[in-house]
Amino acid sequence: LSHGAGGRAMAQLIAGLFHEAFGNEWLARGNDQSAFDVAAGRMVMTTDGYVVSPLFFPGGNIGSLAVHGTVNDIAMAGARPLYLSASFIIEEGFPFSDLKRIADAMGEAAREAGIAIITGDTKVVERGKADGVFISTAGVGVLPEGLDLSADKAKPGDRVLLSGSLGDHGVAIMSRRQNLTFDTEIISDSASLHGLVADMVAAGGDGIRLMRDPTRGGLAATMNEIAQQSNLGFRLQEDAIRVKPAVAAACELLGLDPLHVANEGKLIAVVASEAAAAVLAAMKAHPLGRDAADIGTAVSDDHRFVQMVTSFGGGRIVDWLSGEQLPRIC
Amino acid sequence: MSAPGRTLAAKPTRLRLRVRGAVQGVGFRPYVHGLATRHQLGGFVANDADGVLIEVEGDEVAAFVAALPQQTPPLARIDDIAVEPIAADAGTGFRIAESVSGRVTTRIVPDAATCAACLAELFDPNSRFHLYPFVNCTHCGPRFTIAERLPYDRACTSMKRFPMCEACRSDYEDPAGRRFHAEAISCPRCGPRLSHGLDDIAAALADGRIVAIKGLGGYQLLCDARDERAVQRLRARKQRDGKPFAVMLATADAAIEMAEIDTAERALLEQVARPIVLLRSRQRVAPSIAPGLAKIGVMLPAAPLHHLIFHALEARRAAADPAWALVCTSANPSGEPLLTDNAEALADLADIADLIVTHDRDIVIRADDSVLAVVAGVPRFIRRARGYVPEPIRLTCAMPPILAVGAQLKATVTVTRGDEAFVSQHLGDLDTAAAIRFFEETIAHLTSILDVEPVAIAHDLHPDMASTRFAQAYGLPTLPVQHHHAHAASVMAEHGVTSPALALVLDGHGYGSDAGAWGGELLSCDGAVFQRLGHLAPLKMPGGDRAAREPWRMAASVLHDFGRGDEIGRRFAAQPQSRNILMLLDRADAPVTTSAGRLFDAVAGLLGVTTMQSYEGEAAMKLEALVREPATLERGWTIVDGVLSLRPLLAHLIARNLDAVQAAGLFHGTLSAACVDWIAAASRATGIGTVVLSGGCFLNAHLAEQIMRGCRSAGLDPLLPRRLPPNDGGLSLGQAWVAGLQLNEEHMVSGGTV
Ligand SMILES: [Fe+3]
Ligand SMILES: [Mg+2]
Ligand SMILES: [Zn+2]
Ligand SMILES: [Zn+2]
Repeated sequence: LSHGAGGRAMAQLIAGLFHEAFGNEWLARGNDQSAFDVAAGRMVMTTDGYVVSPLFFPGGNIGSLAVHGTVNDIAMAGARPLYLSASFIIEEGFPFSDLKRIADAMGEAAREAGIAIITGDTKVVERGKADGVFISTAGVGVLPEGLDLSADKAKPGDRVLLSGSLGDHGVAIMSRRQNLTFDTEIISDSASLHGLVADMVAAGGDGIRLMRDPTRGGLAATMNEIAQQSNLGFRLQEDAIRVKPAVAAACELLGLDPLHVANEGKLIAVVASEAAAAVLAAMKAHPLGRDAADIGTAVSDDHRFVQMVTSFGGGRIVDWLSGEQLPRIC
Repeated sequence: MSAPGRTLAAKPTRLRLRVRGAVQGVGFRPYVHGLATRHQLGGFVANDADGVLIEVEGDEVAAFVAALPQQTPPLARIDDIAVEPIAADAGTGFRIAESVSGRVTTRIVPDAATCAACLAELFDPNSRFHLYPFVNCTHCGPRFTIAERLPYDRACTSMKRFPMCEACRSDYEDPAGRRFHAEAISCPRCGPRLSHGLDDIAAALADGRIVAIKGLGGYQLLCDARDERAVQRLRARKQRDGKPFAVMLATADAAIEMAEIDTAERALLEQVARPIVLLRSRQRVAPSIAPGLAKIGVMLPAAPLHHLIFHALEARRAAADPAWALVCTSANPSGEPLLTDNAEALADLADIADLIVTHDRDIVIRADDSVLAVVAGVPRFIRRARGYVPEPIRLTCAMPPILAVGAQLKATVTVTRGDEAFVSQHLGDLDTAAAIRFFEETIAHLTSILDVEPVAIAHDLHPDMASTRFAQAYGLPTLPVQHHHAHAASVMAEHGVTSPALALVLDGHGYGSDAGAWGGELLSCDGAVFQRLGHLAPLKMPGGDRAAREPWRMAASVLHDFGRGDEIGRRFAAQPQSRNILMLLDRADAPVTTSAGRLFDAVAGLLGVTTMQSYEGEAAMKLEALVREPATLERGWTIVDGVLSLRPLLAHLIARNLDAVQAAGLFHGTLSAACVDWIAAASRATGIGTVVLSGGCFLNAHLAEQIMRGCRSAGLDPLLPRRLPPNDGGLSLGQAWVAGLQLNEEHMVSGGTV
């Protein structure tokens, strides 16, 4: 792709590429905006930026990730996602074929999720001003009537449910970035979770206090965020938390704690204890929640500690990190 | 101490003496009373906000003043006596006056082992303290661990719930006695009670069972140290892999049967603090007490209960049997702080101990057993806690009150007050909720018993330590201090070094000023600033903290560095990751470390001494244990632009395939010689002759002794820590010192007033 002169032809080329990939009636109209009907009740809106490196990784690429991430941000409110926008910052010289792969993956992810990318924009910037492609998105969705998930609703005794194994996305990215190859290829878990969420809401309704997707910083960061917002502590059961053997082995090699590694297709729900069994059953019945587990409980704690309880007791603190995992053993 | 001065030679009038130091609650007033009476002086003695206030009048005041510091009670420590003449009062007789209340600035003394006089009463059938497990007096007994706050009197200790019986009251009020204002006084009629009889305890121990007892600073687990099955059972139940246990023996003479003990070591064993002392083992206890180690931790009874247990056990010993030796280890769930609370102990020790012995005197603040070793002729701390805390460290200047919070592992905190620094007891590793609560409690307790409010908080530069998080949330101005700078400053602070000094810090890992992984550093320190003169040659550290737990990884890093990456899989075939580690090592941007600890790990891994550690420092300790004779490899190192590389030594070790004993000796000797060479070069370049030695590697006696000796031969003035451990246990003092100097400098620059 080139930048500057000849921009008009280029812009048309790119627009064509996206129209073809996203293929929907709104884009087909060619307007600078799209109109859509508004459902009754409450809507949710989110926005997100995607700057992943590498752009292509086992299990997806930046395009599918952008759709999944945005859909999940909406879904974590318990909402049904409807429409997305996408804006692309593309570095000059970026191969057209790669852009097409990204756009196709986005289109496919949107179709799978049953949503439409109804407006967008592209800018090509000088070489060195972007790292390949950056994508920024916005999304809107609609909430089921009466549903209002919020961390301050969590209470001591609530259960913590986790939808599956940890670390797949972060390790897939890191392996690709560091050129690591393992006997079993590690594939990102990147996925849209709103279907799973809908089943959970149907099973648990109001019993669901809040949901989060443990993306950057992993389960550790997300649980600490929930602890802060809910003013509660959490006790997690180490042996209930699943990590795939290949992911565990890669983490062991790299010296990473999978609790701190990013996920893109997992969710954590804090659920009233009386609703926990029903919600967990609904999760296990869904393909994206097959490995769901009850991993712990909320407790009252003025320190808002997130603790890991091991098979022989012990209350190891699960801390959030300010950046990468640094050595701490003196 | 200020001299009495000329005024005394003139016509004697009345003198007012102010005595500062550890002079309250230690029998100081009866001592003064006795001394004044012997010199036929009138006047009084009283406790006040500064310590002890004395007024004396009579012909022999000069003799009194001269004698005062000479024969103080065993637990008293005089910092300063100020003497001033005042108008005569013509009163006769000497009395002990009521305490003068006011702002409390005096201090609580550490816990002290049972004194000889109390011990005699303990076994005297005619004494009211016969076989009483809580006998104590102003010369001995619990202090720090039962004190809630100042002033140190019974109402502010956990003895407050035991009203004194008449006999105790009368002892307490008798100025001539050893129990005058012995705040913890009690007897079988009025005091705390033990939950079990001594016969039951002795029977259980003799039967090979595990007994938990409530010690001075927390619960302890005991079992027969001569019974391998009992020790293994304890290991299994405590979930403790190979970490050594300490052993308690009834007397120093009994200890000689178990370990080689020289005069300095014997004196250390018998100190009133009753620490665990690391001694060269005769390997006569159960093998699994200290597997693979040459030394054994030995301690003598610290409390009457310990004496009573040995007494009861003695009755069950056949004449031909060896002396009783008991494993004595802190009772705590794996990785958590020592238990002090009865209910928690009963719950948490149910699966570990066969018998849990409690009593109803609360432990207010926990304190583990202290651990020391005689290194280079002087007692050195490995862990500083019971018996030494809260003795202050005198600084060379006063500073604003500072709280310093240490690092993450082997944490301590320090609070400064004027020109004194109070370093807390060992707090353990701040990675459990219980440890972090203990850390917070300790800060609250320490500031309370010192009656200070910190104005700033010093912490480690590492962004992700619990102590850093605490500091940042505390609400005071924060002063980050680089890890190895704090290690160096700790030694400078305790030795009162105010001129520029070189610092050799041989350590595990610390977050560097450049965000790198530091740990083998040569610094020059001046006041609150430091400069990194050099460091050990960086080695790739594959897998972050994993590399610290798994010495084979550092060994793999060295092999890779020598182009022998293909040997890794073969040498460490038992390690599943050994097939993959080349992927990490081949990367040009793999993280590196300059850590000395990781260098020890690498050598231990290369020699096959330890490939996986079950406890921190295991590899280095086992490597040290192999040393017979340190030897130096000529040209075994290079120094280029301040970077010390031991590549030639490592090449030699790998190529020659030496046996582990020879290799360990060569490694220790060569590393020491290289460090001395390194320091000497820096000294020539800077003109600085004072060298502070710090960092966890200086727990290694061979390394410490060789480097001390080498520096001295090179005409340098090397200083090892004496009052704190060289490891992270000493870090908080260094942080406080650097922060205090910074604040003092800022204050001087801005010219404001505090
Ligand atoms: Fe350190
Ligand atoms: Mg997001
Ligand atoms: Zn005594
Ligand atoms: Zn009594």
